[in-house]
Amino acid sequence: MALLEIDNLSIDYPINIGTVQAVRDVSLYLERGEVLGLVGESGCGKSTLGLSILNLLRPPGKIVGGEIRFKGKDIVSMKRQALMSLRGKDIAMVFQNPLTSLNPLIRIDRQFLETIRQHDPQFNKEKALKQAENILDALGVEKKRLYDYPHQLSGGMRQRIMIGIGLIMNPEIIIADEPTTSLDVIVEAGFIDLLNRLRKEFELSIILITHNLGMVAEIADRMAVMYAGRIVETGSADQIYHNQFHPYTYGLINCVPNINLDQEELITMPGNPPDLVDPPKGCPFSDRCPHVMDRCRNELPMLTERRAGQSVACWLYEENGEPPWKN
Amino acid sequence: MRAKFSPASAIGRPFKLLIDANRKYGLEWWLLVIGTLIVLFIIFLAFFPQTLAPYDPLDQDTGPQLSPPSRENLMGTDNLQRDIFSRMIYGSRTILGVAFSAAIISSLAGVTLGLLSGFLGGVIDRILSLIMDSIYSFPGLILAIAFAAMLGPGVFNITLAVAVIYIPTYFRLVRGQTLSIKEELYVEAARAIGAKRWTIIGRYIFPNAIATVVVIFSLNIADAIMTEAALSYIGLGLPAGIPDWGMDLSMGKKFLPSGTWWMVTFPGLMIMILALGFTLLGEALAEILNPRLLER
Amino acid sequence: MLFILLTLVFVVLRIMPGDPVKAVLGAHAPPHVIEAKRAELGLNKPLIIQYFNYLGQLVRFDLGDSMVLKQKVSAPIKEKLPATLELSVMGMFFTLIIGIPLGAFSASKRRSARDLGIRLYGNIVYCIPVYWMGLMLQLVFGIWLGVLPVAGRTGARVFPSLFEKTGFYLLDTLLVGNFAAFGDVLVHLLLPSITLGIVLSGVFVRLTRANMLDILKSDYILAARARGIPERKVVYKHGLKNAFIPILTMLGLQFALLLANAILTETTFSWPGIARLLLERIYLRDYPTVQGVIVVFALIVSLISLIVDLLYAVIDPRVKY
Repeated sequence: MALLEIDNLSIDYPINIGTVQAVRDVSLYLERGEVLGLVGESGCGKSTLGLSILNLLRPPGKIVGGEIRFKGKDIVSMKRQALMSLRGKDIAMVFQNPLTSLNPLIRIDRQFLETIRQHDPQFNKEKALKQAENILDALGVEKKRLYDYPHQLSGGMRQRIMIGIGLIMNPEIIIADEPTTSLDVIVEAGFIDLLNRLRKEFELSIILITHNLGMVAEIADRMAVMYAGRIVETGSADQIYHNQFHPYTYGLINCVPNINLDQEELITMPGNPPDLVDPPKGCPFSDRCPHVMDRCRNELPMLTERRAGQSVACWLYEENGEPPWKN
Repeated sequence: MRAKFSPASAIGRPFKLLIDANRKYGLEWWLLVIGTLIVLFIIFLAFFPQTLAPYDPLDQDTGPQLSPPSRENLMGTDNLQRDIFSRMIYGSRTILGVAFSAAIISSLAGVTLGLLSGFLGGVIDRILSLIMDSIYSFPGLILAIAFAAMLGPGVFNITLAVAVIYIPTYFRLVRGQTLSIKEELYVEAARAIGAKRWTIIGRYIFPNAIATVVVIFSLNIADAIMTEAALSYIGLGLPAGIPDWGMDLSMGKKFLPSGTWWMVTFPGLMIMILALGFTLLGEALAEILNPRLLER
Repeated sequence: MLFILLTLVFVVLRIMPGDPVKAVLGAHAPPHVIEAKRAELGLNKPLIIQYFNYLGQLVRFDLGDSMVLKQKVSAPIKEKLPATLELSVMGMFFTLIIGIPLGAFSASKRRSARDLGIRLYGNIVYCIPVYWMGLMLQLVFGIWLGVLPVAGRTGARVFPSLFEKTGFYLLDTLLVGNFAAFGDVLVHLLLPSITLGIVLSGVFVRLTRANMLDILKSDYILAARARGIPERKVVYKHGLKNAFIPILTMLGLQFALLLANAILTETTFSWPGIARLLLERIYLRDYPTVQGVIVVFALIVSLISLIVDLLYAVIDPRVKY
């Protein structure tokens, strides 16, 4: 049994023009101590998926099928009390924009204390402050920053503080939703080092939700690619980086220009993701796929393992073929 | 927490049921319906009071003096033995008449001035805006009182007093729209497109502007109703002969200590209902004319 | 703005039909007496001169003399202002106490039956004539139930002269330690301020609700929920705190409205405040007093704006002065 198991999860967003099928039949798992990268373009449902793990979906969004099991217990059907205890203590979530994710009117130390007080039945102010100071140390932020307000800190510091608040109760899993998208590349590099350190020091398991493939390549153990609310390929980060099966994954990995290669044209994927209110019958990528077949438009391919540890949802590999671009 | 707010859910639950039953329409639709019904009903009363009113509002012999609601006098009688129910019905003419006229005067004056000010710009615009802003920033009631006192009693004067305080609202709105139209005009003029300019204005800007004016008109009437009633209550209203809700209220005040509640309750209720009708109408119109896209 | 107002008022009053001189001396006084009085009051000089004279006076903080009664304009104003202020502050207190929690609650339980009920309350309450509400409350609590007084600031057996110092009776009674009087004053304040409170709460319910709805969509609210903070704390501690800023602005604006409604409330509850004074003197054509009241009024509104600005700095750490 993995630490976190997501089983056939489906999420809907009913709005006045129809129901958006944001996530459909997603199954994933996360083992202890590993980093899982969840990638895909904007709107593919990865953030929604991330929020749903802690049941934080904003209404009208709701989970309409499947289970999310943390250490065997289903989160979807969990009672309020248990859920509150889970959030921030066992599983923590860190968001994209650290400026807007911190309450601008509350001092940093009080934001730490609030979290600790919520989860620690033997709350003691001095002890808690010490905890906060330790965490800031580990993250490389000066202790005196505790007494600042969010707007007085730099972007990188805020990001670290946000991670600090996430880690303060020693959670087992951290879900990071686009953690460096609003930061510059130098801070991002620092962030990656930080995450690596934290993995070792705290034995953290991390779900990294991002569209930054570079970051995923550097620290993720495993990777899952999402498109139009579905998982189209999973595997180890290494495997997927060097050998993609799904045409979408191929496009993703190869569309980033490489300064070392002599590229005359940029590889792009023309077209747009499908309308999720009225999704197409077959494979969601069929409209944009350069290798589309008739079958693709009519039948939905299921995620099947094609090589040890690497699975793909694509009809190209029914007969265990090789990817068409390898010729 | 539950017990404390049950009055709120008591009001809200029947409405929620109606909404759940009609998925397609939101709350705004129902408010529109209710508002329109109230308004239409009272307008009907104003035009055809005889259909419902059993007595003449000035008749001073409709029943025993100061008697509580009964079958003969549905809302009781006042100190001059007049039937309150009839006075309420006839009073609708007065208040609706004043409020409506005031709103029309306001809108005409405000829209015209706004157009002028926006179009002409310069010193005129500056001066007008300054005056309008001062009037706007000052609480309307006090200004209305000042004007009413200055002009003296009489239907026309009161209407004028009430009208003046809403002019700035229309002024600001129309001036704003005019200014943005002006921008467009200069841009288009540079391209010398000619007639097409007017099509753009006619098709996009005016409908928007008119929609907003209509909404404000409705809310204006609601506010004017409240102001007129308040003026009458203070005694700055219409001469004693005309049945007027605000004045009846202030007369009834004198008899309240002895427990004569009907002289006070009904006029106030009528004011509230009528104002509410126009407010709901205005707000529902506002919601409908500015559709919200994704929220349900 | 103050300036324009003043000018407008000045002009309006002078244009008013009705001669204050005749009002004082009686319509049948002989013409030369009327002329003499006119000259005495400076009413025979051209309007412009009168205007500048008045401005000159104001700069020296002199509100002038009453045209109708033998007193300085400032005298009755000084006497009655605290009454109106006390009432307004209490009224605002109730408005906030009723409006803000309802608004916050309504936003947190969006689209529920309670939310709709509260929204309807917000809409309806605005349309209730404040004097009618006052009278109804008087009826129920004063006459039928007989538990609350319906008129005046103090009861028959309480003598204000015994404790009157600042004019703010709540303060004064506490300062002298007269708790019985304090209770009496408080009880007299209840009905009128609750009336004001209820009628104006609608605005705050709507404002709070709208702001809270926006705020509750913020990232830091999501982050707080993600940390396991219970919903109630999220809404009231994190949410409401951030909603205070626009509420504060509205407070400043509404104060003017409150003072306006004071005219209606003071008439209904026989409250000896400046709003009633204003009304009185309008009837008497006492120009200086009317002007004086309006000037004071406008000054207070400006002062409140200033205080609100200062309060911003206190509440929002991002604001620096």
